[in-house]
Amino acid sequence: MLSPNILVLLPEIVLTAVGVLIMLAEPILPAASSRKPLGWLAIAGTILAAAGSWYQLQFGILHGFYNTIQADSFSVFFHLLIAAVVLVTLLGSLDYFDGHGTFSGEYYALTLFGAVGMMLMTSSVELLMVFIGLEISSISTYIMAGFRKGQATASESSIKYFLLGSFATAFFLYGIALVFGATGSTNLLAIAHGVAVTHTPTLAFLAVAMILVGLGFKVSAAPFHVWTPDVYQGAPSPVVGMMSTAPKAATFAVLLRILFGGFPVMEHRWAALIWIIAVLSMCIGNLGALLQRDVKRMLAYSSIAHAGYLLVAFTAFPADGIAAACFYTAAYAAMNVGAFAVITQLTGYDETARTLEDFTGMAAKRPVLTALLAFFLLSLIGIPFTGGFFGKFYVFTAALHAGNVWLAVIGLLNSGIACFYYLRLLAAMYARPAQQRIAETPTPSVTASSGRPLVSGSFVAVPGVPVPAAIGLGLAALATLVLGILPGGTLSLAQSASAQNQSDVCQQNPTPCAVMTAKEPDTH
Amino acid sequence: MNLDHAILPLILFTPLVGALVLAVLPDRGRTQQWGALAVTLLTFLFTLHLPARFDFSTTHPAFQFETNIAWIASPAIRFHLGADGLSMGLVVLSGLLAPLGVLASWNTIVDRRKTFYVLFLLQQIAMLGVFTALDLFLYYGFWELSLVPMTLLIATFGRTHNRRRAAIKYFLYTFIPSAILLVGVLWLYVRTGTFDMPILARLAEQHSISNNSSALWLASLAFLLAFAVKVPIFPLHGWLADAITEAPTAAVMVLTGKLGLYSILRFSFGIFPEQSRHIAPLMIALGAIGIVYGALLALVQNDLKRFAAFATLGALSFITLGAFSFTISGLDGAIFHIVSESLSGAALFLLLGFLYERYGSYDMRDFGGLAARLPWMVTFFVLMGLSVVGLPMLNNFVGEFLILSGAMKSVFAHHLFWTVVATTGVILSAGYMLSMIQRVFYGDLGFRPAEVDAPDLVVREHLALWPLAATFLLLGLASPGLMRSIDPVGVHLARSLPQPQPAVSGAESTAALTSPATVPSTTDGGQR
Repeated sequence: MLSPNILVLLPEIVLTAVGVLIMLAEPILPAASSRKPLGWLAIAGTILAAAGSWYQLQFGILHGFYNTIQADSFSVFFHLLIAAVVLVTLLGSLDYFDGHGTFSGEYYALTLFGAVGMMLMTSSVELLMVFIGLEISSISTYIMAGFRKGQATASESSIKYFLLGSFATAFFLYGIALVFGATGSTNLLAIAHGVAVTHTPTLAFLAVAMILVGLGFKVSAAPFHVWTPDVYQGAPSPVVGMMSTAPKAATFAVLLRILFGGFPVMEHRWAALIWIIAVLSMCIGNLGALLQRDVKRMLAYSSIAHAGYLLVAFTAFPADGIAAACFYTAAYAAMNVGAFAVITQLTGYDETARTLEDFTGMAAKRPVLTALLAFFLLSLIGIPFTGGFFGKFYVFTAALHAGNVWLAVIGLLNSGIACFYYLRLLAAMYARPAQQRIAETPTPSVTASSGRPLVSGSFVAVPGVPVPAAIGLGLAALATLVLGILPGGTLSLAQSASAQNQSDVCQQNPTPCAVMTAKEPDTH
Repeated sequence: MNLDHAILPLILFTPLVGALVLAVLPDRGRTQQWGALAVTLLTFLFTLHLPARFDFSTTHPAFQFETNIAWIASPAIRFHLGADGLSMGLVVLSGLLAPLGVLASWNTIVDRRKTFYVLFLLQQIAMLGVFTALDLFLYYGFWELSLVPMTLLIATFGRTHNRRRAAIKYFLYTFIPSAILLVGVLWLYVRTGTFDMPILARLAEQHSISNNSSALWLASLAFLLAFAVKVPIFPLHGWLADAITEAPTAAVMVLTGKLGLYSILRFSFGIFPEQSRHIAPLMIALGAIGIVYGALLALVQNDLKRFAAFATLGALSFITLGAFSFTISGLDGAIFHIVSESLSGAALFLLLGFLYERYGSYDMRDFGGLAARLPWMVTFFVLMGLSVVGLPMLNNFVGEFLILSGAMKSVFAHHLFWTVVATTGVILSAGYMLSMIQRVFYGDLGFRPAEVDAPDLVVREHLALWPLAATFLLLGLASPGLMRSIDPVGVHLARSLPQPQPAVSGAESTAALTSPATVPSTTDGGQR
C-alpha cells in the first residue's frame, strides 16, 4: 500500500519522474539521432499517469500534505482530461520537429512538466499550492510558445506571453494575499468558513476580483484576452492545441474550486462579475474572429468566445453549473485540440498555409484531414451530435435553470455570429482554389452540360499523415463524436465530480450549503 | 407486426449506412450514382410500409409506428420516433424525391461525386428525422443537422462563383433563429422537465406549461420565427432566391417548405395553441401578401431559377394561409398542399435542371421555340404548369381549393379581405406559369437552341418524371385516400384549440388569469 502522500500525488509523481528521465536520457542520445524514442517515453508516461489517476478514483476523497492536496473525482476528471490532451499533443508532435534541429527532447520533458503543473492545480485545495501549480505549468508553456526559435513571431509570442503572464500571476498572488488578510487562511475550506464570518467582506470581494483577473488571463477571458491572438499565431500548432485547452481546463477547475468551494456565500457578488466577463468574452471573441483572415488567429478569438460560453455555467446553481462547466471543458478540449492537430498536419512546421486563402480548396488535396477539420469546426459551431452541441446545451440549460434568460439569449445569438466565421473557413476549404481553376485545363470527360470548369483529380503528391498523429487525431475525433452521441458517461462523471466538490464544502461548513440549497426553490 | 415498431429507425438508418458505404466505395465510374440510387430506392421502399400498414380507421390523431427508447438519462432525452397523418405523407414524399434527385444529378455532378452523394444522403436523414422525431431534443438535433449538408451542397456544388455567399447567407438566415429556438426548447424543458412531444402537447392543452403568459409568448415567437424563416414566410425570404439559384437540382428539390411548415403545424400549433391563434390574423395577412408578392415577382423574372424561387414562395404562402385559418378544411388543405406543392415544385426544378443540362442557361431570353424540338419535354412542362396553376383533377387544385374555402370560413378579422387577395394569386399563377412556358417553348427559336442541338428526354429523365406525373393524377383524382389520414390531424388542430376556453370560464379560476384575452374579437383588434 502506498503512503497517502504519495498516492494523492501519484499521477504528478509519475509524470515528473518520466520528465526527469527524458531530461537525463536526452544528452546520452547522439546529437544527430531522432528524439522520437523520448517522445514515445513521454507518451507512455502520460498513459501511466492517467492510469494512476484512475486508480485514485476507488479511494474516494484522498487528502495529503497537510490537507493542501485533495484527490477526488473532481480532480480525477480533470487529470484524465489533461492527460488526454497531452497525449494527443504528444502524438501529434512526434513527427512535427523532425529535421528542424530544435530541442525536441526538452520539448517532451517540458510538455510533461507543464502537465504536472496543471494537474497539481486541479488537485490543490490550498491557494499557494494552486499558485505553484500555475507557475510550473506557465513556465513550461512560456518556453514552448517560442519553440520555433528562428521565427520572429515565435519569439514575439513567447515574450509577450511571458511578460503578460507574469503580470497576471502577480494579480493572482496579490489576490491570495488579500484573501489571507480577510479570512486568515489560504486553505479553501478555511476560507469558506472565514468569508462567512469576516468583518471585511469588501476586502474579501476585492480578493475574489484579483483572483478573477489572474485566472481570467489564463483562460483568455475578455478583457484579459489581448495576448491570445499574437501568442497563438506565433506558437507551434501542437503547442497551441495544448495551451488552448489543457491549462484552460486546469484554470477552470481552479476557478470552480475557488469560487464555489471558497466563496459560496459571496456568489451573488462574484456572479455579477462573471456575468460581465462572460458577455464580454463571447462578444469580443466572436466579433474579433469575424475580422481575422489568419486561421490560427481566428481560432484564438474563437477560444476567447468559448471561454465566455464556459463562464456562463458559473452563473448557474452550483449543482448544475459545475457539471455543465466540467462537461463543456471536456468537449471544448476534445474539439479544439483536434482542430489544432489537423492544422498541425495541414500546415507543417513551416506553416505554409496560414490564411483563409491558403486553406481554399484544401478538401481536394487532403480530403480526410479536411473532413476531420470540418467535423471539429461543426462541433465548435455546436451542431447536434457533436460534443460542442451538448456542451452548449448543458451550459445554457443550467443558466436558464438559474433564471439567466438574457445570458442564454446573448450566448446563443453569439453562437449564431460564431458560425459565420467557422463556416467561412469550412466553405473555403470545400471551394475550389482560384489559381488552380485557371491553371488546370478541363479534361475531356467534362460535359458541356455541367457548365462549370472541372478539375481532373490528379494532384501534386502530398505527404501522408504519420501514424502516431493519425492515432491522436482519431482519438480527438472519437471523443468529440462520443461526447455528442452518448454524453451520459462523461456527464455522470462530471456530476459526481461536481457532487464531490460540493459535498466537501457542505461537510466542513454547513452555512454556505444552506444558502445554496435554500436558493433553489424560489425560481420554480 | 414486429416491423411496425422498427420501421422508422430502419428508414432513418438505411441512408446513414448507405452514406457510410458510399464514403468507403471508390469514386470511380458510376459506382457512386448506382450506390446512391440503390440506397434511396431501398429507403423509399421502407417508407411505403407506412401507408400500407397505417391505421386509417382512428379518428383520434394518435402516433403510430412508435419507437421509444431511453437515450440520455439527464437531461431526459429519448429516442422517440412516430408518425401520424401529418408526417406520414411527408416521409413517403421524402422517400420518393430522393431517388428522383439522384437521377437528376446522374450526369450533372461529374466532379467529387462521393462528397455530393454522401451529403445528399445525410440531408435525407436529417429530413426524415425531423418528420419522425417526437422528442423535442431529437427533433432539434435533426433540425440543425438538416442545415449542414445543404449548406455544403450549395457551397461546393453551386452553379456560379456566388455560391459561397449564397451558402453562408442560407446558413445564417436559418441558424440564428434556430439558436433562439434552442432557448425556447430549453426554457420548455426547464419548465416542464420533459422533451416528449405528446406529453408537451397534453400539457399545453391543459394550460399547465407556464403561468407566465409573456414568457409563453416569447417562447412561441422563438419557435414560430425559426420555422417561418425556414419555410420561408413572406418578409423572411431573403435567402430563398440566392439559395435556389445556386443549389444543384437535387438539393433544390428538398430545400424549401416542408421542414418549416411541418414544424409549424406540429410544434407551434401543438405546444402553443393559444399563442398561434392570437398571431393567426397577422400570419393570414402575411400569407396572402406572400401569395401575391411571389406571383408578381415571378411574372417579371428572366432567370428561370429566380422565377421558380418566387413561384415557390407564392405556393408556400398558400399553405401558411390555410394553416393559420384554423378551420378544418384550411388545415386539411394546408397539410395536403405541403405534399402536393412539393411534388409540383420538384417537377418544376427537375425540368429546369434538364433544360439547363441541355443548353447551359437559365435565362428565359435565351430560349424560345423549343416545343417542336423537344415534344416530351414540353408535354411535361405543360403538365407541371397546369398542376402548379391548380387545374381540377390535378394535385394542387385539391389543396388550393380547401385552403381558400377554409380561409373564407375563418373567424379572424379581415379574413374575407385577405382571402380575396389570396384568390387573385390563382389567376396570377396561371399568368406567370403560362407566360414562362410560352417564352421558353413557343415563339421564335432562341439563340441557345439555335446553337446547341439537344436530344429530347432520355430514358433516365423519363424515369424521373413519370412517377411525379403519376402522383399528380393520383393526388388529384384520389385525394380522399391521403385525406383520410390527414383529416383526423386537421380536425384535432382546428378543434382542440377553443376547447380550453369554456373550461377556463367554468371551473379553473387560476387558469383564467393566464389567458385573459381569449375572446377572438378583442385580441384581433389588438393584432391589427
